[in-house]
Amino acid sequence: MKKPKEKMTARAKNEAIWAWAFITPTILGLIILNFYPVIDTIYQSFCKTGDFGRGNTFVGLANYVAVLSNGETWHSLWNTIKYALIEVPFGVIIAMVLAVFLNKKLKGTSVYRTIFFLPMVCAPAAVAMVWKWLYHQQFGLINNILHINVAWISDPKIAWISIGIIGVWSVIGYNMVLFISGLQEIPGDYYEAASIDGATGVKQFWHITVPLLSPTTFFIVQTRVIGALTLFDLMFMVMDKTNVALQNTQTIVYLFYTYAFTNGNKGYGATIVVFLVVFIMLVTLIMQRAEKKLVYHP
Amino acid sequence: MESAKRSALIRKIIMYVILTIMAFIMLVPFVWMILTAVKTNQEAISVNPFYIFPQNGWHWENFAEVWKNYNFLILYKNTLLMIFFRVLCACLTATMAGYAFGRLKFPGKKVMFALVLIQMMIPAQIFIIPQYLMVSSLGWLNTVAGLVFPGIVTAFGTYLLKTGYEGLSKDLEEAAAIDGCNVGQRFLHIMMPLTKSSMVSLGIFTALFAFKDLMWPMIVCTRAETTTLSAGLAKMQGQYSSDYPQMMAAAVLAVIPMIVIYIIFQKQFVEGIATSGGKL
Repeated sequence: MKKPKEKMTARAKNEAIWAWAFITPTILGLIILNFYPVIDTIYQSFCKTGDFGRGNTFVGLANYVAVLSNGETWHSLWNTIKYALIEVPFGVIIAMVLAVFLNKKLKGTSVYRTIFFLPMVCAPAAVAMVWKWLYHQQFGLINNILHINVAWISDPKIAWISIGIIGVWSVIGYNMVLFISGLQEIPGDYYEAASIDGATGVKQFWHITVPLLSPTTFFIVQTRVIGALTLFDLMFMVMDKTNVALQNTQTIVYLFYTYAFTNGNKGYGATIVVFLVVFIMLVTLIMQRAEKKLVYHP
Repeated sequence: MESAKRSALIRKIIMYVILTIMAFIMLVPFVWMILTAVKTNQEAISVNPFYIFPQNGWHWENFAEVWKNYNFLILYKNTLLMIFFRVLCACLTATMAGYAFGRLKFPGKKVMFALVLIQMMIPAQIFIIPQYLMVSSLGWLNTVAGLVFPGIVTAFGTYLLKTGYEGLSKDLEEAAAIDGCNVGQRFLHIMMPLTKSSMVSLGIFTALFAFKDLMWPMIVCTRAETTTLSAGLAKMQGQYSSDYPQMMAAAVLAVIPMIVIYIIFQKQFVEGIATSGGKL
């Protein structure tokens, strides 16, 4: 039985008017700044950009054929995935261990926490410049201290690892803060009971901390996977346009930026970004499926 | 019992050692950035012998030189204005929308909130080309308005504030309603002041995001005198990448304000990130 539609009382009507007045700026803004752009980007991906970015002509799937048949696209996608395969696991595992230590009520934890979080408040542009200098083959600190001669950022075989290391360094503190707040929600009785049963540090970590923390871990992994797949600033700042390792490190978003804004080919750029978004949505979908199996639901 | 105590102590020592090594690794880039910034270029590129510390005086004047050469005053001003207006706009629009979604009943609420949630799931790169074209046709390229443009409203902030408002008790608002306060008065005088911590979280998040962003300022503010710190650094690196002390001094100048603010408001930063959990 459906309820008969009630007529709104004067009070409810008044409340609705206020509510709409309150949400109108946000909703209008979202439509103009976000939802229209999605449609416009998709539309442009079917267009060829004229000179000076004007005079779009409809070309159907031509851009998609060009993007998908260009080896550069797939190579960049693979570069992006390789970066994510370094940043996400290392960034998450190191942060988790540090968070567990800092949650132990040791002396001086606040100092450590402050230090680990420091990279989070630095602009990636500056971070990349410093690391580039650390990595410098001839004058860099790393090679000179370790007495090695590694071309950290111009050897195509290792440049992506070097960028991954910067990524891990940058993101540890952020992951750690989220882990600490997740850890504080685990009731202390679990650990007390485990201690009485004789389970010590490492055992407690595997049997209590890891499963009970898994919702937090999943959340962090999910945000970091998306963050890593949209990497731009670190890579852009570290790799010069003349770097021989550029081909092996350029990410999808870098490719998008280059085509859409450096070369002014908005149609092609729009197609790359649609491709990226579809890819990210697929990854998100797979992760959501995996969530049911991997995350501990008490 | 003795051995249990001893193994606890050993565990503690191991933890401290690991924490200290990690802290050291985290600090090395900062220390090296500062040490390089006060060297002469000749010293910075001497490898045989390789000096950690400056050998002939600490050249603090490098900072003054970089400040003047690259017009840091303008970069600071642009960055500050962008952050100020983005935080203002985000807090204003999000607190209003968050209140409506969190506390009021109205037709269309579910659909409108769905829009907010959907926006949060879409990677922001897909918005950029049309946003750029809009800024360009408004004539806002190379202006602060152009820098602020994509951050006028925030789906994430709306969501954050909605959660904040939902957590408040009903009693206060009902008492105020009985006293004859209308919705606007209830919002302004009673509910909004109670969500201060959510607002601070959103403000910190917005400021950090704007401060760190590189692509948007590079796209809309291509002129050196209109751009932000991040994009300014990118420009400098492209032009003068071989004077290392100058580059490092510029990097120090670009990161130092946020580090100082972070150290002063540490608690708010950490709590803000922990509670918002937003993607930076």
